[in-house]
Amino acid sequence: MSTDIIIHDKKDNVGVVVIEKITPKQDCKCWIMENDSSVNIQSADEIHLGHKIAMIDLKEGDTILKYGHDIGKVVKAIKKGQHVHVHNVKTKKW
Amino acid sequence: MEIPKSFLGYKRENGRAGTRNHVIILPVDDISNACAEAVANNIKGTIALPHSYGRLQFGADLELHFRTMIGTGSNPNVAAVIVIGIEPKWTKRIVDGIAKTGKPVEGFHIERTGDIGTVMKASKKAQEFVMWASEKQREECPISDLWISVKCGESDTTSGLASNPTVGNLMDKLEPLGVHLCFGETSELTGAEKVCATRGATKEASDKFMKTWSAYNDFILKEATDDLSESQPTAGNIAGGLTTIEEKAFGNFQKIGNCKFVDVLEPAEEPKKGKGLYFMDTSSAAAECVTLQAAAGFNIHLFPTGQGNIVGNPIEPVIKLTANPLTVKSMGEHIDCDVSKILSREMNLSEAGDELIKTTLKVANGRLTCAEALGHREFVMTKLYRSA
Repeated sequence: MSTDIIIHDKKDNVGVVVIEKITPKQDCKCWIMENDSSVNIQSADEIHLGHKIAMIDLKEGDTILKYGHDIGKVVKAIKKGQHVHVHNVKTKKW
Repeated sequence: MEIPKSFLGYKRENGRAGTRNHVIILPVDDISNACAEAVANNIKGTIALPHSYGRLQFGADLELHFRTMIGTGSNPNVAAVIVIGIEPKWTKRIVDGIAKTGKPVEGFHIERTGDIGTVMKASKKAQEFVMWASEKQREECPISDLWISVKCGESDTTSGLASNPTVGNLMDKLEPLGVHLCFGETSELTGAEKVCATRGATKEASDKFMKTWSAYNDFILKEATDDLSESQPTAGNIAGGLTTIEEKAFGNFQKIGNCKFVDVLEPAEEPKKGKGLYFMDTSSAAAECVTLQAAAGFNIHLFPTGQGNIVGNPIEPVIKLTANPLTVKSMGEHIDCDVSKILSREMNLSEAGDELIKTTLKVANGRLTCAEALGHREFVMTKLYRSA
């Protein structure tokens, strides 16, 4: 059973694209590894293999959760389905 | 899968077993590289390990230099050693350290003889050693004779999703069989340090880990001229989709599976508490980390990569695995174990772990790694501070 996006933990608010790329308005299949469940999401951006997609709307100051853990803060609002990366998320360390 | 209980290795005088049978020419210092390389060029089947240091070092930095030199020569993947230094005293200290293993080792110093005379004397001994070593046969050794080190590199999100958890799955399966295991990369656990500390097998091990991580983090904060975002994550990591050091750290941490670490080691320190998982305080730079782990006695290395790190080591075979299908396609000559089918859900983690165990045993039995076939012999000493 193939998937377009993998999510580590059910608490996570981002998923990882695992096909070569997804295109805007694509209906994507997501697999949540932790409990082996599936959800769907419509993408808003072109997002390449290995890059992250927002599973919900996120506002500035929100915490990104991946592996069920805090991996950084939102520095620019992100809409559900948009690309999540260095342009809108920064470390809380260093 | 039933895990094989043994592999074919080289039994050494001190009871350890090697996955390789190298005769190495070890320069004590930078200026003895030329001599060591000349000997290795003369005598086929030997390897010189040139490096950049060994002069005017002092204190803890000098101790680390000796520990790395002696540890490298003592590694069970090495059958015999020629040590060449400029001066007799430090040369002898390294020879004496390696001799404790019982393996053949002989030292030569260049002062009062010159390169040409030293090359001649050392070459005669190297020829004797390599011909002796070539008679050694592989014998059946228990799987607990494997000392497996791990380190990931050019990571991307596929590392945290699949290739690092594959290594974790292997650890979960091999730890009960009595192998030694080692992970490092102090700086790359930043963000996951508190979760990592809870994996100490004892409170002592957990406290030692937090002390080690804090000291490294303080050093980074003191030396950093910016927020380190140019180095951690690296440009390669970012291209692969990793956004922050915390994300990289949680991905990195998947390599230890559900294992708990029994102790925290200094760089290049040999484990002393028996079988199980160890954390070593290392840089996260690939060649530095593997060199330190090899010097601590680890005899086979697992290296998950995302975007395609190509590192090797002269004495410890480095097995690469990746889950990134683009890396398999574009630089497959560097990949020993392809676990990219995890991403398409055609393979689960346990199946991937089994594949990696099979690859690890093939390499332990003598199959060359991609890095060995391609001639990667990165030997990089860790230096703690500038010389006197």
